[in-house]
Amino acid sequence: MQPLTLGKVAVRCGILAVILFVVVVIALKFGAVPVSLYGLAKDLLGVLIGRSSEISSEYGMIIREIRLPRIALGIFVGASLSVAGTSFQALLRNPLADPYVLGVSSGAAVGSIVALIIEPHLALRPEIAAVFTPLGGFLGATVTIAVVYFLGRRQGQMDSNTLLLSGVITGSFLSAVIILLITMLPSSSVRSMAYWLMGDLSTPMAPILGWVLRVGFFAGFALIYLTASDLNLLLAGEKEAMHLGVDVRKVQILVYLAASALTGLAVAVGGAIGYVGLLIPHVMRLIFGTDYRMLLPATAFGGAIAAVIADTVARTVAAPNELPVGAITAMAGAPLFIYLLRRRLA
Amino acid sequence: MSAVRDSVMERNAQDGSRMNPDVRLSIEQVSYAYSLNPSQAPIFTLEATSFQVKSGEIVAVLGPNASGKSTVLKLIAGALQPLSGRILLSGVETHFMEPRLRAQRIAMVQQESQLLFPTRVWEFVLQGRHPHGKSLRFETENDVTIAKDALGQVGAHHLMDRWMDQISGGEKQRVILARALTQQPVLLLLDEPTLHLDIGAQVDFLHTLKKLTVANKYAVVIVTHELNLAGEYADQVVLMQKGKCLRVGTPASVYQRDLLEQVFQTQLTVEQRVNGRPKVSVLERSE
Repeated sequence: MQPLTLGKVAVRCGILAVILFVVVVIALKFGAVPVSLYGLAKDLLGVLIGRSSEISSEYGMIIREIRLPRIALGIFVGASLSVAGTSFQALLRNPLADPYVLGVSSGAAVGSIVALIIEPHLALRPEIAAVFTPLGGFLGATVTIAVVYFLGRRQGQMDSNTLLLSGVITGSFLSAVIILLITMLPSSSVRSMAYWLMGDLSTPMAPILGWVLRVGFFAGFALIYLTASDLNLLLAGEKEAMHLGVDVRKVQILVYLAASALTGLAVAVGGAIGYVGLLIPHVMRLIFGTDYRMLLPATAFGGAIAAVIADTVARTVAAPNELPVGAITAMAGAPLFIYLLRRRLA
Repeated sequence: MSAVRDSVMERNAQDGSRMNPDVRLSIEQVSYAYSLNPSQAPIFTLEATSFQVKSGEIVAVLGPNASGKSTVLKLIAGALQPLSGRILLSGVETHFMEPRLRAQRIAMVQQESQLLFPTRVWEFVLQGRHPHGKSLRFETENDVTIAKDALGQVGAHHLMDRWMDQISGGEKQRVILARALTQQPVLLLLDEPTLHLDIGAQVDFLHTLKKLTVANKYAVVIVTHELNLAGEYADQVVLMQKGKCLRVGTPASVYQRDLLEQVFQTQLTVEQRVNGRPKVSVLERSE
């Protein structure tokens, strides 16, 4: 009997952080301009431990202005999606639950497309125009969350099965709305929208959005992590959790809202990147076990690592063209999911 | 709201101090009505029910399906609020306890625990320490000692490192009981705990429960369909039918042939065994 301790969680997270750092350095190296891997790692480490504040001037601008922001976006989008997926799986007691099952991504897509359609008709200032589409996406996600939540209640209380079915049906309805709206888009926007629907990290993001994403991630993660031991018990069912002292309704509402907000933020800036929220929790569960006090930080790192790797592949595999990152996660995720399923059945 | 709750708890505590000190749990004229919709007539009604449970005593709640047994258990567990009457555990109304405090005092053993992902036995048993922990509730050495002790008490120490989905039904019920003991409760509630067990495992389980009840001074309420096992192991039985509490007393006093035949709608005989406990046999139905 060796229970989990805070020390064990810290050590394992440290190892995952090192892996993430290595992946980031490798991801920074790839691109049109060649960069020395050794020099880059040395420079980044220097910046991280505060011994210097400069990245070599030969490639500094490319790293700072182009590659690093995109990688940072991948880190937070991947971490948000996988933490949300891990949370939904416990909340709904369903190993197939992920941010998209609840219709949140479809809601975000509808919001973004509506924003794209109405933006030309509004005389917006450039700084507002830059955040208008992601804002529409976030609003779309928020409204969907509220609708699914109210549809998913039975006798005034949140019911996991009803919520799951409401999410699936809402998502399916919104997918039809998306097709309808795409026909109304100007043809120049159709390609970028198609990429966004597959998940796309290539669009440069306004700095303010970057901050919102980061602060939103840490706040959402902290809220969910505080309920980690309650989520462990919710896996055995609401009744069992209640008999073991969990304030079930409070935990359900808090985690549902926090996980939905994480999804809304991630989808609003990165599009509908599939499989990260579904698969990373399962892979991390195989490595670290089912305890949510370890699993939640592990999936945050795992999601970040997966998103950075997938985006690096997406921008280099068909260079100079780029693929949507969602195409890479789906291509790698679907076979991996089948493998995990067969392994579980074996 | 919390002020109301405080005053209720204070009143309860004062009332509790006047109670018989041996009585751990007191169900006083408790009724309940269940309807699908507040505007509709109730589809199930529990009429005023009263009984008491002392420390070190097992009370079995018996009756046919839909008699209200499980409703009584849910009311005691604080999961439902009585329509009238009250349920006092050591003088405090169970429904008004904070969830964590309630779980420190009341442990529930259900038929079977449905796990979504595989868990090891020791991890499962340690969950019983959840109500006692703080913040993120990382378990301490003391928690581990309590969990090991609980596994030892139910004779399941050797299962500690096994997976929950790879042990037998009887072993699983013992482990679920061990988790309940790990909560260090004063009241144990068991909802048909022997439903999926073979007769040997049933006797084994109830024998262990009886031993622990006496040794640890638990108050125990068990809902069961097993008339003979209840007759053998319970100190008192509560007989229910269609939401009515028909009789409360020792098994020998409640197990009357006419009464049981009327409640269970079948012909049977009741004999008294050497130890004074009743034995019920079902007679073949004549067409």
